[in-house]
Amino acid sequence: MTQVLDPAPPPPLVGGPRPPGFGVDRVFRVLALLAGLFVLVVLVCIIGVLLDSSLEWLRFEGFGSLFSLEWEPENAKFGAGAMALMTLIVSALALVIAVPISVGIALFVTEIAPRRARLPIVFVIDLLAAIPSVVFGLWMLRQLSKPLSGIYADVHAAVAGVPVLGDLLGDPSASGLSIMTAGIVVGIMITPIVTAITREVFATCPPAQKEASLALGATRWEMIRGAVFPHSRSGVVAAVIIGFGRAVGETIAVALVIGASQRLTGNLLAPGDTLASVVANQFGEASGVWRSALIGFGLVLLVITIVIGIAARSVLRRSNRRLGIV
Amino acid sequence: MAAPTLPADSLLQPRAGTGLRRFRSGLASGLIVGAFVLAAVPLVALVYYIAREGLKVMSWEFLTTDLPFAQRSLEGGIYPAIVGTVVITLGATLIAVPLGVMGGIYLNEYGRRSRFAALVRFLAEILTGVPSIVMGLFIYTFWVLPRGASGFSAFAGSLALGALMLPVVIRTSEEMLKLVPHELREGSLALGSRKSRTIRTVVLPHAAPGIVSGSLLAVARAAGETAPLLFVIGATNLVNWDWLSGSNTALSVQIFGNASAPFVPAQERAFGAALTLILIVFLATALARIVTVVYTRRVSGS
Repeated sequence: MTQVLDPAPPPPLVGGPRPPGFGVDRVFRVLALLAGLFVLVVLVCIIGVLLDSSLEWLRFEGFGSLFSLEWEPENAKFGAGAMALMTLIVSALALVIAVPISVGIALFVTEIAPRRARLPIVFVIDLLAAIPSVVFGLWMLRQLSKPLSGIYADVHAAVAGVPVLGDLLGDPSASGLSIMTAGIVVGIMITPIVTAITREVFATCPPAQKEASLALGATRWEMIRGAVFPHSRSGVVAAVIIGFGRAVGETIAVALVIGASQRLTGNLLAPGDTLASVVANQFGEASGVWRSALIGFGLVLLVITIVIGIAARSVLRRSNRRLGIV
Repeated sequence: MAAPTLPADSLLQPRAGTGLRRFRSGLASGLIVGAFVLAAVPLVALVYYIAREGLKVMSWEFLTTDLPFAQRSLEGGIYPAIVGTVVITLGATLIAVPLGVMGGIYLNEYGRRSRFAALVRFLAEILTGVPSIVMGLFIYTFWVLPRGASGFSAFAGSLALGALMLPVVIRTSEEMLKLVPHELREGSLALGSRKSRTIRTVVLPHAAPGIVSGSLLAVARAAGETAPLLFVIGATNLVNWDWLSGSNTALSVQIFGNASAPFVPAQERAFGAALTLILIVFLATALARIVTVVYTRRVSGS
C-alpha cells in the first residue's frame, strides 16, 4: 500500500542518547544500515541479472523485436509487441471493472456504512486480496468460463454489424477463455488494492469541508461530489496507476483463463496472451533465444513497474503539497 | 498492519432533499452499496465453489498420501505439496522477517528523514510492486541456472518468496515502530541505555504485536504465490522436507498444473489442493487479525 500521508516527525531529543560505544551498539547500527542497503542491492541485482540474460534476445533482432508483432518461437520470431498490447488491453479492461467498484466500496466504508460495520467490511475486502491468484484462475476456468461463453455469444449476436463494437466483441471462443475473461478476473483481483488506496484518500478529506457542505443543506451525494471528490482527485489517480501496475503483472490467473494465443487481436472475446502469462506458460519448455526473450519480457514488466512506481509517487506528492500536508 | 484510518462521525446529517436531488442522492447511495455487494459476490461464490468441489476429494488420506505419478491416476494425495508449501513459506519467513525488521529499524530509528532512508523507502515501494513472476525469473537466472539440475530446491523458492515479502515486512515494521511513543525511548535513554539497547529492550517489544500481525499477512500472501515458484523449485511426486536441496513442489504449483488438465481426477486434486491452500491462507490472515485486535484492546484497555 502506498503511503498517502506522512505523519509529523517526532520532536528532536533534548541532549540526545549516549554516544555510540564500540561494541554491540555500533554493530547493531551497521546491521540496520545493511538491511536498508539490502533493498537497493536486491533491486539492482534484479535489473542487472534480467538485463544480462535478455541481451541475447535484444541482440538477436535488435531493438525492433521489442515492437515486432510476431511471436513464433519455432520459426525464430520473438516479437514482444503483440503480448505488450494485449497486456495493456487486459489491464484496461480490469481497470474499467475495478475502479468504479473500488470507488464505490471506499465511499461506502467512509461515508455511508454505520460505524460498527466499517471494520468488518474492510476485513471482507482484505480477504478477497488474500485469495491466491491460482485459486482465482481455477475458479474462473472451471466454473465460470462455460457460462461466460454463452453470455459472450449472446453479446456478440446483439452487437454484430455495429461498426466498432461489432469488431471489439467479435466471434467468441467456444471455451470462454478470452481476453475479456482475463480482464474480468484481473479486475476482481485488483479491486482490494485500489479500494484500500481510495479509502485512505477519502478518509483524509477534512471533516470541516464535509460539514460545511452539509450545513449548506447538501444531500449526501452533493456532499460527496462537492467536498470529497475535489479533495481526492489526484489520490484516486494514484490508486488507478497503482492498480494498473498490479494488473500488468498479474500472471497465474491470466495464464489459466486467457486461452494462450500469441496472435494480436482486437476481438476481446477471442483468446490472447499477456507478457506475464506467456512467461508462465512457455518458460518451462524454452531455451536459447526463446528463454532469453521470456526473461526480456520480465525485464519489460520490471521497467513498467518502476515507471508506475515513480508516476504514482509524483502524483501523490503533488496532491499532498497542494493540500499543504507536506 | 495498522488499523485503517476512518473519518470520525459527523453530528451533521445529510439532508434528504426533494425531487430530483433526492432521487440523485438515493441513486448514488444505492450504487455505492451495490459496489460493495458486487465485490462480495465473487468472494462468497468462489469460496463456496472451491469448498464444494474440494470437499468431494478431501480426506485424511488425501492430505497424507504422495502425489500420483500419472495425472489421470485416481489414487494419490497432496502430502508432498503441503510439505513443500510449509517448508518454502517458513524458509521465506526466516529470510525476510529478520531482514525486514532490521530494515524497518534502520528507517525509523536511524535513517529517519535522511536522503538515504527516503531512497530506501522509495525502493521498497517499487519492490512491493514488482510482479511475482519477475521475481521467479530473477531467482531462476541468479540462483538456479548457475547450479544446474541441483539448483532446484525449496531454498530457491524461499529466496523468491522472501524477496516478495521483504518490502512488506520493512513497511509494516517502520509503521509499527513509528507508533511507539517517544517518551518510552526518552525514558530508556535517560536511564543510560545506549540506542541499540533501547531499541532491543523497549522499542521492539512494544511494536512486536503489530510486526507479527503484518508479517503474518505477508506470509499468507506468500503461501499462495505460484508464479515465483514455477521454475525454481523443480518438480517431484515425493515428500521432501529438505529445505536446502532436492526438487520440491507446492500446493499452488500443483493447482496450476492440474487446473487445465483434461483428466477429471487431476482437476479434483486441484480443487482439493485449492481448498487446503485457502484454509492455510485464511487461517494466517485471521490469526493476523486476532493479534491486531487483542493488541489494540490491550493497549486501549490499560
